[in-house]
Amino acid sequence: MTSSPQNNPNDEIRFQVIWSNLISIVEEQARMLMRTAFSPVVRDSGDLSAALFDRQGRMLAQAQTGTPGHVNSTAAAVPLMLEEIPLDQLDEGDHLITNDPWLASGHLHDITISSPVFRAGQLIGFFACTCHQLDIGGRGQGPDAASVFEEGLAIPVLKLVKKGEVNADLMKMIRANVRTPGEVEADILSYVAANEVSAQTLCDALDKLDLDGLESIGDQIINRSRTSMIDEIRKLPRGKATNSITLDSFGTPVEIICTLEVGDDGLVLDFEGSSQASTRGVNLVYNYTNAYASFGVRCIVGPDIPNNTGSLSAIKVKAPIGSILNVERPWPVCARHIIGQFLPEVVMGCLAKIAPDRVPAEGAACLWGIQLRGGPEIDGNFDRDEAWGSGRYETLFFNAGGTGARPRQDGLSATAFPSGVKAMPIEVVESNAPIVVWRKELRPNSAGEGRYRGGFGQDIEVATIDGRPCGLFAMFDRTTVQARGREGGESGSFGKLGLTSGQDLEPKGLQIIGPNERMYFELPGGGGFGPATDRDPGLVGDDQRAGLYSVNPDADDD
Amino acid sequence: MPEEASIRIGVDVGGTFTDFALALPQGIKSLKLPTTNNAPEQAILDGVNRLLGDNNISPDQVTGFIHGTTLATNAIISRTGARTALLTTAGFRDVLAQGDESRFDQYDINITKPEPLVPRWWRYGIPERLSAEGNVLLPLDEDAIGAIAADMRSENIESVAICFLHAHTNPDHEQRARDHLQVLLPSVAISLSSDVSPEIGEYSRFSTTAANAYVQPVMSAYLERLQSGLTDQGIKASIFMFLSNGGLCDLDTARRFPIRLVESGPAGGAVFAGNLARELGEEEILAFDMGGTTAKVCLIDHGVPGRSDSFEMAREHMHRQGSGLPARIPVIDLVEIGAGGGSIAQVDSLKRLHVGPTSAGATPGPACYSRGGEAATVTDANLLLGRLAANDFTGSGINISVDRARDVIAEQVGKALALTDSAGAAAISEVVEEQMAGAAREHAREKGIDLRRRSMVAFGGAAPLHAVNVAAKLGINRVIIPQAAGIGSAIGFLQSSAVFEISHSIRVLMSCFDASLFNQHFAAISRNVSAAVEAAAPGIPVDETRTLFMHYKGQGHSLAVEIPTRDLTDDDAVLLLSAFEEKYISVYRRPLAGIDVECVGISLRMSSNEDLLPVRNIINTGPADVPDTTDLFDLMENDYANVPTMSRSKMEPDTIFQGPGLIKDDGTTVVVPQGYIATCYDTGHLVITLQGDQA
Repeated sequence: MTSSPQNNPNDEIRFQVIWSNLISIVEEQARMLMRTAFSPVVRDSGDLSAALFDRQGRMLAQAQTGTPGHVNSTAAAVPLMLEEIPLDQLDEGDHLITNDPWLASGHLHDITISSPVFRAGQLIGFFACTCHQLDIGGRGQGPDAASVFEEGLAIPVLKLVKKGEVNADLMKMIRANVRTPGEVEADILSYVAANEVSAQTLCDALDKLDLDGLESIGDQIINRSRTSMIDEIRKLPRGKATNSITLDSFGTPVEIICTLEVGDDGLVLDFEGSSQASTRGVNLVYNYTNAYASFGVRCIVGPDIPNNTGSLSAIKVKAPIGSILNVERPWPVCARHIIGQFLPEVVMGCLAKIAPDRVPAEGAACLWGIQLRGGPEIDGNFDRDEAWGSGRYETLFFNAGGTGARPRQDGLSATAFPSGVKAMPIEVVESNAPIVVWRKELRPNSAGEGRYRGGFGQDIEVATIDGRPCGLFAMFDRTTVQARGREGGESGSFGKLGLTSGQDLEPKGLQIIGPNERMYFELPGGGGFGPATDRDPGLVGDDQRAGLYSVNPDADDD
Repeated sequence: MPEEASIRIGVDVGGTFTDFALALPQGIKSLKLPTTNNAPEQAILDGVNRLLGDNNISPDQVTGFIHGTTLATNAIISRTGARTALLTTAGFRDVLAQGDESRFDQYDINITKPEPLVPRWWRYGIPERLSAEGNVLLPLDEDAIGAIAADMRSENIESVAICFLHAHTNPDHEQRARDHLQVLLPSVAISLSSDVSPEIGEYSRFSTTAANAYVQPVMSAYLERLQSGLTDQGIKASIFMFLSNGGLCDLDTARRFPIRLVESGPAGGAVFAGNLARELGEEEILAFDMGGTTAKVCLIDHGVPGRSDSFEMAREHMHRQGSGLPARIPVIDLVEIGAGGGSIAQVDSLKRLHVGPTSAGATPGPACYSRGGEAATVTDANLLLGRLAANDFTGSGINISVDRARDVIAEQVGKALALTDSAGAAAISEVVEEQMAGAAREHAREKGIDLRRRSMVAFGGAAPLHAVNVAAKLGINRVIIPQAAGIGSAIGFLQSSAVFEISHSIRVLMSCFDASLFNQHFAAISRNVSAAVEAAAPGIPVDETRTLFMHYKGQGHSLAVEIPTRDLTDDDAVLLLSAFEEKYISVYRRPLAGIDVECVGISLRMSSNEDLLPVRNIINTGPADVPDTTDLFDLMENDYANVPTMSRSKMEPDTIFQGPGLIKDDGTTVVVPQGYIATCYDTGHLVITLQGDQA
């Protein structure tokens, strides 16, 4: 037996072992965040990101949870935070905090904690996590504000923990500015703990692997991922493709235009020509645009390449300053996820023109998170004993429409894409807040027809349990623009919302729901793929038998 | 037991083999037969007949028959269960289809989500509604049941799951619906979510109940055939079923809650390893069970395997977490990953080598079986590395080809990674070992446990080949390879006592602790649990454990905290809180100050306190004809080295076998790497320790 000259088998095997070790450490970091978090959207829905960085701030490994908007923004946040507080100002036991939309994930509701990892006195890297808070003060989550100043408490990059000591002044300041101080504080401390435990696990693993730090392994991970991504991109036909999408947005429709160019050493996404910034909080910061746009590419090109600074570096995203995709301070940005979640659709539409057999039809895209508030801020009754106690609540539960049909399969019904969050059990939702979800089931005839049909949306009905008024923070889209089919597939149905007593509701902005009203939400369906005439009649029959599809749907099933 | 000798039979029906363990006063006899998948009782009856005949035992001398089976699991995986309907709260017809509305892989746009066990056309909504507190918001529309029953009858429905929202807080509507339906459809089996899994979270509760209903008619009919078959053979002993929580139940309980049998095989293995650990005085072990398709790891302290309250059935996409159907049932807490002898190795576009979770199974099997398998598997790698030899398979009817193994590994692994075929085989072994070590590491981390102080107990056909290497990766210096490792689960069945437990969701802030509420709930559960245990172990004293599931108010996940098994008093609040805090620190390091602690569930478990069967006196049947040396590939040297080999049957208590070398057992090989020493207990179990580290 002779050894292969160019490759020492031991080195190669060892490298693979180390890499999978790092990925399993961040997966565990994410699980621990979900287990210890207080914010229901983190603990039940997994609206978070968790990742490991080297000392230069390069993301080496990332947990497969949460939303791409968090994950890829965290990747950008850690180096930006390092610019604010450089390496030589960091001590063992420090933990940095920020919710700056322009440094991290695009709105104040996400708190990012970045924690340096020290080993034998040397800073070797960082664990960072970004998690969603239900409340961060201000008006509440919605696009209603006219500037970021109205959107809540802003936390610049600060040391939340200094050499193991929690900065009590800062914590007091945070507590004083939010509606649920106990939960927010406990949450933040649980993020710190998760990073701490992960740091310890990493150091133990490095001991066992006989490694001093992450530098050389980091170079290998980044280089190999970047090279593989570029190889995948080179398999695409060279050239340009442009796609655009129109969204309801807030009041005036918004157009997002993307030109994708396949080059020799990567792929460029240019959003030149997209609508100007909105006066309401549906705007995106560059990081967030970059995050979701890149994700659209990653789903189609080299999806099995792990997500890290290397694989992401093969994708360049350009968005004109002042456009709705790249606003500067102090534009309002709170509900940036609405347009954000459409960016993968726009990008995938470009790719469909280059690689038509790999790209699904459009889907509902934006999650329909139903966020409700009750209490004095809604009914003006500050006198009640319970005004700031049990009568006051802030609750959010996620609901998904249908995804677009895939080139060789139907779309997924009531399934989140591109978001990676989970829906909470209704039994838990109703235990958290005094509301009743009277209906939550698939919406018949909402899927776009095709050789493969889109996923079905869903029908939801909600009321307060005692008939008291509540506030609805509406952040819904696809109420005027359908999810388009591909290759001859039909469009999915519009979304719709209103009161069962007859009145329509606006898709965006805070609205007060009067006493004894019941809200309904009809979530959009996904587009179809290929002509409907090509569909397997057996599958049509199944959908008919299931009551999900009728040839002549009733008027109220439109 | 009375003076009359105990003669018991344990039978584990797996997907490929049916394993038998016959416990006689003088020792344990074993037998392996191919599973008869169409009528699993056939192999059982044949095997029992053979075992009794070979050992001159008449059927009426048998005092116990304990059985575990994958039949329920297989019915779910292969979708061959009953025509099952769901009766649910109107407006929630699609809970089973919607699940948690997420994708289990973030980047793969082509995933398939698991199909619900009940199709939409058999999911019926009925007007009724309870609040989260269990108050009636909308009364049950009893008049609507008639039309639904008529429809079910015309659809030939065989089994019905009744699942209403919040039924875990108030079962009244479910019970009334059942009473009506049972009258209208007397021959249909009915499962209630408030009976099967009275816990919060509609998707997991409905999924568990639907699965119970789905397998009930199949299991019930099978158990009836088995029972009458055994009776016809003259066996008078009672039949007990092995549960996924590692305990036994009587046939009637098994018929009502067949979903509780799903993971009985792996659970039997864990019980086996636990009892062995206790017998050998090993306080804390890691049980490592590796078969043809999957590997299982389980943490066992003081002989008692860890427990969990949920499990995922029939995972799509090769065991990917989140791709299966959730079941909230008491299970032994083990991690199962797609890594076994048949696991397939592949190199991806990044030149990363993956092994499993796809398996070549028994057909076509590894490439070296020459049965048409084209994929490089772990078994092919072991053959090429010299750990297995062609004549290890003598008697199995398999014609082994080392050349086939070499070709597929060179082609599918060596070429892509620029490695020689032997180095490619070493890489396959290394990667599969790292995956198993990774699963163990993550499981331990999740539990806040340091593996380095533990011993490993390794069993299952493929475990002896990889155990020491996996242990080394985990910092474990001591590996025990028991006798009869191949039928571990069947032996585990014989070593179990009657165990039953019920969990219940309740929500109480510890600042408003009211002992009488807890006492009342425990008393109610206790009646049901003790009835199940009494049926399986009449007149035997019972051990009881009570658990609270607690967290800081606002957290979504709770920790299991064991509490005293007596009525609580209001003063106990302090005790319960400090027990919680201690547990919290052990798992998450930092306690949180100033936040109320909440109890979200209780659980009560009883087990009969019986003398357990020791694992000894197993007739040792290691191969007789073993060469003195074998060529074994050494990765460090990147070459083959000639190493000593001996038969396991030659291992005596005073034998010291120094690695590197191989100890050949029936159908498998114990790999003793460089720097390790193998010795033997007087009971025949092998112990492999790091040199200089032996006790």
